[in-house]
Amino acid sequence: MSKFINGLFRLRRGPWEALATALIALGVFMLMQPFALALYTWSFLVTLAGTVMFIIVSHFPE
Amino acid sequence: MPNPIEAAASATPRAVARRIRGLSDRTIAWLFVAPTIFLLLAINIFPLIWTVRLSFTNFAANKPNAEVKWVGLRNYIRILTDDGIWANMQTTAHFLLWTLFFQVVLGFTLAWLINRKFKGNDLLTTLIVLPMMLSPAVVGNFWTFLYQPQIGLVNYVVEVVTGTPASSFSMLGPGGLAKWSIVIVDTWMWTPFVMLICLAGLRSIPDYIYEAAEVDRASKWRQFWTLTVPMVLPFLMLAVLFRGIENFKMFDMVVLLTGGGPGNETLLASIDLKREAFEKWRTGYSSAYAIILFVTVFGLASIYVKALNKVKER
Repeated sequence: MSKFINGLFRLRRGPWEALATALIALGVFMLMQPFALALYTWSFLVTLAGTVMFIIVSHFPE
Repeated sequence: MPNPIEAAASATPRAVARRIRGLSDRTIAWLFVAPTIFLLLAINIFPLIWTVRLSFTNFAANKPNAEVKWVGLRNYIRILTDDGIWANMQTTAHFLLWTLFFQVVLGFTLAWLINRKFKGNDLLTTLIVLPMMLSPAVVGNFWTFLYQPQIGLVNYVVEVVTGTPASSFSMLGPGGLAKWSIVIVDTWMWTPFVMLICLAGLRSIPDYIYEAAEVDRASKWRQFWTLTVPMVLPFLMLAVLFRGIENFKMFDMVVLLTGGGPGNETLLASIDLKREAFEKWRTGYSSAYAIILFVTVFGLASIYVKALNKVKER
């Protein structure tokens, strides 16, 4: 866990990509889940944030 | 025999040859690549940027002379607070998840069975692959006949096997079966595709790996889980990526089978989007809808490609 947080602070690709991936997955789940309309409402913003973050952090050093 | 490079050079008209003489390799490379880049920009990038712009307006394509108003995030807010579209997303998720599940399980199993050497192997492979070669329009039409409650083969078989009267239920009508009917048809049509890709993966595994495993007295079960599955996994993931993207935008086959009905039971997001854009002519609104779907597919494809690369690196 500390390695992950360290990586985030040092702007390393691995942990940031993992974070972006988690955001995208969460956003897609929120978009298609049948439980709460509020989650659906915020899903696009979460997916968009994850996708933009993924594009940016994939240029970070390993 | 003349040198092919010299032959090609001599075939170049003198005027052109004179013009390109003196150009650097880099410039010539750019000259070759430029038409492709131009087409890519004109056909993909420009429409995407234009769609983003339209999604913030109330533009209607059937009223080109009407004043176009900037509406900010209103289209996005309407879509993301709409119960109906939320239900369509769930229908899309149902279709996507179940088709992928069945196609992966059946496709891999078929590939694994076909990979064994037996008489008639080639003929069987060709027969299995046939549905994939048909047009979705044809598939949609003839499955509509197969699903007919009175004369359809599916209802007849169900009656023979279970004793349920054929005309007492409709695969495409009300009753909750329509969602599964479209899953069955897509699985029937596209399982061969997954099978072919898995078969390519299975055939790429060299025999000596299995021979070494035999020498180490590894059981067939262990060989399957520690050799076959990991080595076919990149191929399988590629198949899932292709089918996932394709099914997310599934349109033709479902429209022909159910038209989104009964009610809105099989109304996938792509069908709803088409209705908004080209039947209700709400171009700005449907542009926002399209952007939401695009970002979702793009995000999913990004993480999937990353996972695929990781599996290949192993």
